[in-house]
Amino acid sequence: MKKNVTYADGVRAVRRFGTHMAALGALVIALLVATPAAVTAQGQPGAVNPTASAVNEKQLLDALRPGQGISGRSSIPDARASRLEQPDGRVFREQRDASARTGGLAILGMLGLLVVFYLVRGKVRISGGPSGRTITRFGFVDRFAHWLTATSFILLALTGLNITFGRGFVLPVVGPAAFTSLSEMGKFVHNYVSFAFALGLVLMLLLWVKDNFPALRDIRWFLQGGGLIGLGHPPAGRFNGGQKLIFWSVILVGGAIAFTGYMLMFPFQFSTTIFDMQWANVWHAFLGLLLTALIMAHIYIGSVGMEGAFDAMGSGEVDQNWAREHHSIWAEKVLSKSSDGRPAPAE
Amino acid sequence: MARMKFLCDADRCIECNACVTACKNENDVPWGINRRRVVTINDGKLGERSVSMACMHCTDAPCAAVCPVDCFYTTEDAVVLHSKELCIGCGYCFYACPFGAPQYPKTGNFGSRGKMDKCTYCAGGPEADNTAAERVSYGANRLAEGKLPLCAEMCSTKALLAGDGEIIAQIYKERVAKRGYGSGAWGWKTAYKESIAT
Repeated sequence: MKKNVTYADGVRAVRRFGTHMAALGALVIALLVATPAAVTAQGQPGAVNPTASAVNEKQLLDALRPGQGISGRSSIPDARASRLEQPDGRVFREQRDASARTGGLAILGMLGLLVVFYLVRGKVRISGGPSGRTITRFGFVDRFAHWLTATSFILLALTGLNITFGRGFVLPVVGPAAFTSLSEMGKFVHNYVSFAFALGLVLMLLLWVKDNFPALRDIRWFLQGGGLIGLGHPPAGRFNGGQKLIFWSVILVGGAIAFTGYMLMFPFQFSTTIFDMQWANVWHAFLGLLLTALIMAHIYIGSVGMEGAFDAMGSGEVDQNWAREHHSIWAEKVLSKSSDGRPAPAE
Repeated sequence: MARMKFLCDADRCIECNACVTACKNENDVPWGINRRRVVTINDGKLGERSVSMACMHCTDAPCAAVCPVDCFYTTEDAVVLHSKELCIGCGYCFYACPFGAPQYPKTGNFGSRGKMDKCTYCAGGPEADNTAAERVSYGANRLAEGKLPLCAEMCSTKALLAGDGEIIAQIYKERVAKRGYGSGAWGWKTAYKESIAT
């Protein structure tokens, strides 16, 4: 039997359809909203979050360790151009200032110490007075090696001091243009004379290393103040404890200065990193200033500080009494060898 | 006076290198020297960014501090310049510079590298403004003509900004606020000891 479809039925059907459609619509919207979130979660391209994935300078800087920088790729052929940032440049500046300050204080301190020492102790005399007879202490080759190193070191020290402190002390006096000419000349002197210094180091090492190995009597020499502070002269061989200290300082510290110096003279040849150039510069300056302070004491004791000491490197002939006092073991050996009164040279 | 700075918005830089070329052309930069360069970080990886970098004209510039002959000076606009007359080519400023800005016309030892060359912020050198002598040694002096450095002026995406520090910082802050991200004001922390929050 055919059912009578009333108006009320029709209205109900439309309402039902409307409800279904509404539910479907809600579902579609929900799906549309949910889809991008699902894709993003899978990390597909096109949905990258630029905030989260972009490189960030702060993160890169925080991750840096000493000696490192932020690097990337640059289309410029110079490989160093790809280093974007090296905050260590500021550290280098601080270290350089600190090394110059410390080294400068060491030099001033040594100068003060020597003046005080001279005023208190005075010139160290030969206790027995000069005997008038001499023995040969250093032959021509020995003295050549010494003075080659000495003159080159003085030139290197003066030009080095100019580069380190000239800006503060020389520049205000001579003016900027003259100071640049002076520094430029000093720089060439420093570069070329360094080869003479390095040769001197090698010569001195070959000539004197055999007599400079530390011995037990060196400890006694230092405990007695080397005959400088206390009374009496502790026994010593060809070189006493103090001279051995100077020898090894010059060889080792001087060698380190020469090595770092050549790193600076031929930049990026020994190493390709700017960090290595920075520490080479800092240590070159620091060790150079320290050695300068030490050599000042050496110059003092070899000249105005001690009677008869200069002759060793001057004429090479030292007074027999001086030799007996300062190098008793060596003097006995030399004098006993020479039965004919003509002493054998220091060997 | 203004405190001139550079700011490279790395989220806008497209590594076109036009700033590098414009700088070379405007200043007749010697062969082998690039006063400005573009470095791409994380090249080819997700989130790579390119940064155009030159002398940042640092506050308390380390180059000036380590120079043995004191050839650097800072202008009223806080631009760090140097005198090639006084420079002895020692290379210390290159070791101290956080941005690799100082460069030398020759590769050689301490003494034969020639006079240092770096970005002048298109502000010439110590010679009188826009004279032939200034032009030969340092290049253009756009600042004296009331213009900004050419690299920033012609940047096609306006990634590279030059001008007073406060103004370009404000522009960058507005950009970051509007787009919601920024990889940072590159070099600012190192150069000016301040940064812009992103």
